[in-house]
Amino acid sequence: MITGTNLRFAYSAQKKFSFPDIKCKNGETLLILGQSGKGKTTLLHLLALLLKPDSGEIMIAGTSANNLSNSQLAQVRAKNIGIVYQRPHFVSSLSVLDNMLLSNYLGDQKPDKAKATALAEQLGFADHLSKKPSRLSQGEQQRVSIARSLMNNPNIILADEPTSNLDDNNCQRVIELLKTQSASIGASLVVVTHDQRLKDVFSNQVFL
Amino acid sequence: MNLLKISIANLKEKKLNSFLSALLLTLGIGMISLLLLLNKQLDEQFRRNIKGIDLVVGAKGSPLQLILSSIYQIDAPTGNVPLSEVNSLRKNPFVKTVIPLSMGDSYQGFRIVGTTPKYTEHFQAKVAQGHLYNASMEVTIGSKVARNTGLKIGDTFSSSHGLDSEGDVHGDRKYVVKGIFEPNGSVVDQLILTRLSSIWDIHEHAEENHEAEKHTLGPEHEDEDKQVTSALVQFRNPMGLMTIPRQINENTSMQAALPSIEINRLFSLLGVGIETLRALALVIIIIAGASVFISLYNSLKERKYEMALMLSMGATRTKLFLMLLLEGLMLAIIGFVAGIVLSRVGLWLFSRAAEQDFHYSVRQFGILPEEIYLFFAALFIGLLAAALPSLGIYKLNISRTLAEE
Repeated sequence: MITGTNLRFAYSAQKKFSFPDIKCKNGETLLILGQSGKGKTTLLHLLALLLKPDSGEIMIAGTSANNLSNSQLAQVRAKNIGIVYQRPHFVSSLSVLDNMLLSNYLGDQKPDKAKATALAEQLGFADHLSKKPSRLSQGEQQRVSIARSLMNNPNIILADEPTSNLDDNNCQRVIELLKTQSASIGASLVVVTHDQRLKDVFSNQVFL
Repeated sequence: MNLLKISIANLKEKKLNSFLSALLLTLGIGMISLLLLLNKQLDEQFRRNIKGIDLVVGAKGSPLQLILSSIYQIDAPTGNVPLSEVNSLRKNPFVKTVIPLSMGDSYQGFRIVGTTPKYTEHFQAKVAQGHLYNASMEVTIGSKVARNTGLKIGDTFSSSHGLDSEGDVHGDRKYVVKGIFEPNGSVVDQLILTRLSSIWDIHEHAEENHEAEKHTLGPEHEDEDKQVTSALVQFRNPMGLMTIPRQINENTSMQAALPSIEINRLFSLLGVGIETLRALALVIIIIAGASVFISLYNSLKERKYEMALMLSMGATRTKLFLMLLLEGLMLAIIGFVAGIVLSRVGLWLFSRAAEQDFHYSVRQFGILPEEIYLFFAALFIGLLAAALPSLGIYKLNISRTLAEE
């Protein structure tokens, strides 16, 4: 469950954003649509606690993120939020499997190899676990990054343009995976995108 | 999954960069460590053999040559001096002992030295097998001689004239081995010791084949017309140092050389070379540090997104900083260990060459105390070179970095 109320953020005097209120309950999905320059990524970073809002409040799983120190923010983020980025990025020196286990390690959880292999089976990249991420295709990489975001059983999954670099087939597949996986762990799924293909797949929508 | 594993993976990812950094450190550390080893062991060898010898007298010529030939047995002797003059030194109240030496022959490259029992006493050489020579043409051989020539007690051999193995053989009179010394790390290990009279006998025999032997049994100091190569002198007290060398140089046909002064001179001559090598090694180590710095700096620029990603996944900045330090630290440790191994290989090669040419060996492969300092210096350089670029981690803007790519 994640809510954002009265969120405002300014990079400079000219470049400032105020966002509509956001609310996504556990097990629900929310699509945030907007053209480039409307502050989609800024909003996602605010929700992911990577940026601090100038005003307004973000509630993560019932607790306010205001007044938390940087290290507390990092803990809350590691425990509750899984992020899928527009372009899948990995620690390039580590294998696919180790990249997934990395999120356990950095989130102070026990490495859960069984979960990693199970996710790899479900998302269809079980053959690639020992390879370096850079050897996978874009679609495969995006699936790995979805699997990675699920490793710590997060409360909230945030996806930033997860489909914009994918063809229709992969787009369909990735969105299905995001929805089924987040539903299976009862997490809130918030997708930020300008990708019009996703309009019909989500019932809850917010326009920037 | 832990920091160490990620660091190792990162080093492996940039194999060539890591290799270059480690290689430079290896070379620098290896050179310094080899210099330390050689310096220490040569110094030890030189000091051990010099101990208790205050003065060397011999024919006029280079004093350094006299010291090298008489104490260390590595240079050619300067010539001969009359035994009577050497013996007259004994009358000086400051003089404690005079050990005359007679050299010039060898067997398979090992020098045969005619001397008095004082010589073995002085170097505290103990006989391991058999007994000390006590008649003319009897020898007791050093441990290294026994090992390399295969001579055993009771064996006989002919000496050859000169100090290399190529000289004319004195074929008509043979030495007999009576004993073998225990190895004691001094020059005795590589010598064949005999009475002074053996040397005279052999050469007399060669020159005046028909003359009857007269000197075989006579006490050595009575042979007033005899010559020796040089003599090692010990003083009763340091006052001898003030007067005797001058007396000898001015009033006799001999020269007096002070081992401590000559060896210091030799070391200061060598010292220039050693200093240059050491400076070169330091420069290499600094370049190694720069190489670690540059490769980490570059890879950090490339890995900026990775760092932001790991921060967004819950890593603290300090954790990532430690991870990067670990990379520098591991390079330093790899470089140090490889450098130490390299220096031992170098020492072994050097020792093999030195043994062939001079019969000296430098074979202490243990870790020197200085090398522990060297270890910490290497760690420091690795840490510093890694820390400087890695501090950027504390200034990284996660959101902007993630948004930019």
